[in-house]
Amino acid sequence: MQKEIKDFLLMWADNSMILGQRLGEWCGHGPVLEQDIALTNIALDLIGEARNLYQYLAANEGKQEDDYPMLRDVRAFKNVLLVEQPNGDWAETMMRQFMFDCWHYYFVEELTKSNESRLASVAKKTLKEVSYHLDFSSEWILRLGDGTEVSHQKAQDALEKLIPYFDELFKLSDYEQYCFGLGIGPDSDIVKMDAFDKFQQIITKSTLTMPEKYFHKYGGKTGIHSEHLGFIIADMQFMQRAYPSVTW
Amino acid sequence: MEHSLEEIFQKKVDNEEKIEARDWMPDAYRKTLIRQISQHAHSEIVGMLPEGNWITRAPSLKRKLALLAKVQDEGGHGLYLYSATETLGIGRDELIDQLHSGKAKYSSIFNYPSLTWADMGAIGWLVDGAAIMNQVALCRTSYGPYARAMVRICKEESFHQRQGYDILYTMSQGSAEQKEMVQDSVNRWWWPSLMMFGPNDDASPNSAQSLKWKIKRLSNDELRQRFVDMTVPQAEILGIKLPDPDLKYNESRGHYDFGAINWDEFYQVLAGNGPCNKERLAARIKAHEEGAWVREAASAYAEKQQIKNNSKSVA
Repeated sequence: MQKEIKDFLLMWADNSMILGQRLGEWCGHGPVLEQDIALTNIALDLIGEARNLYQYLAANEGKQEDDYPMLRDVRAFKNVLLVEQPNGDWAETMMRQFMFDCWHYYFVEELTKSNESRLASVAKKTLKEVSYHLDFSSEWILRLGDGTEVSHQKAQDALEKLIPYFDELFKLSDYEQYCFGLGIGPDSDIVKMDAFDKFQQIITKSTLTMPEKYFHKYGGKTGIHSEHLGFIIADMQFMQRAYPSVTW
Repeated sequence: MEHSLEEIFQKKVDNEEKIEARDWMPDAYRKTLIRQISQHAHSEIVGMLPEGNWITRAPSLKRKLALLAKVQDEGGHGLYLYSATETLGIGRDELIDQLHSGKAKYSSIFNYPSLTWADMGAIGWLVDGAAIMNQVALCRTSYGPYARAMVRICKEESFHQRQGYDILYTMSQGSAEQKEMVQDSVNRWWWPSLMMFGPNDDASPNSAQSLKWKIKRLSNDELRQRFVDMTVPQAEILGIKLPDPDLKYNESRGHYDFGAINWDEFYQVLAGNGPCNKERLAARIKAHEEGAWVREAASAYAEKQQIKNNSKSVA
């Protein structure tokens, strides 16, 4: 498999894997039982999606699916910085989720047209799931933004904290550019336009205010991560590192 | 001859007819049910914690997904059971307050720590296994909404038990370290699992009334014996030794004999002095308190939407 295609698949898979891992931290600690269950559902979908992609890579490279999440070090992960940000409070988790879902939905929607049929089929399955995720996080942004004064402020703080990470989802890396050229990857202009529309629409409706000035943060797609990722994978990889080469 | 309400009620129970939410029932029956069902609901919710601990550390994606789904099921069981108590006239908020204040109990087993990955197997196999013994019997409990909730829960629980056993079985086929981890885990979970059935029958004062009302269908000791009988052959397949020198098959009884349970430990943990009682309760209280503003936002938003919808329909 060409390196660019592999990197593209890793970026896609690692995004869902790391966000799923973060959401797993909430399990048993949610603000309401129903929301605890809903968030775990999203985690299950995301890790399931990542697993499909790791399996595809593994089949092509003669490896095991777990080799990808469990045996790579920080620099080899291609996920965006957004997904590795800590859960924070419910407003931060929902804002991170909403930003991710805006990208994820339109990303997989475009990918259903991929000329690589296996990827198109993963995208089709994922699209159904992500459509629910996007509804869920959009509704929470509305509830928090237009709920109480406290929730409005927390949602606004979350927006300001996380907005620097939004653009990285849409900024094409070399490998994404390459895959788009081959008809494997999505048209990022379409993804960006649709995602920003949805994002703006919900933020406005939720009575939140977009910050006027902020810096974009990039790096995850090329393996230059925040310090958080090292701790996430230390946790995630503990068993495989402590007891190598056995079956669980 | 006129029958009292209580006689009519008991006759129904004796005839194996289900008692439904709208039927007359003795106050004590209602109270016993609320105590038992809410205790069960709380156990599901607190039970999410020792396993939730391992979600981020599960050794493979397959195991991580299965564990996530399992812990999620427990949350779902909590929901059905809280709903069943609502049919008895008490709301979830009040029950949760009782849990947090220490007035309501949950299963003591969840006050033990989950230390290694093998504990995810042992909890599934032994703890869910013990729970199923109890719950299968409860599918025939006299209160309809509880019995129906139990049918659904039992299906999922038996899946969890197989999943737990599969974790241990896979490890038992692996390296020496894995086998040792399995043995260690079973050593720690065996006795607390036997305690899950509650005190011996002669020390369980409420049991007789619960059996008469068919809230309980089998006594603590009967259920414990069934569990031991079921589990011993499964332990043999795993190639482990259950940590009880007195455990042996008794030909004349047709059951396994087993050693005396350390009831001091049981009552200590019940009284709040187990290894993790404080941590478990603190985690639940923290989630609830930190979620307060979220729940308030959701209600405030729902109210605003309601007002908008009403003004639309008026216009």
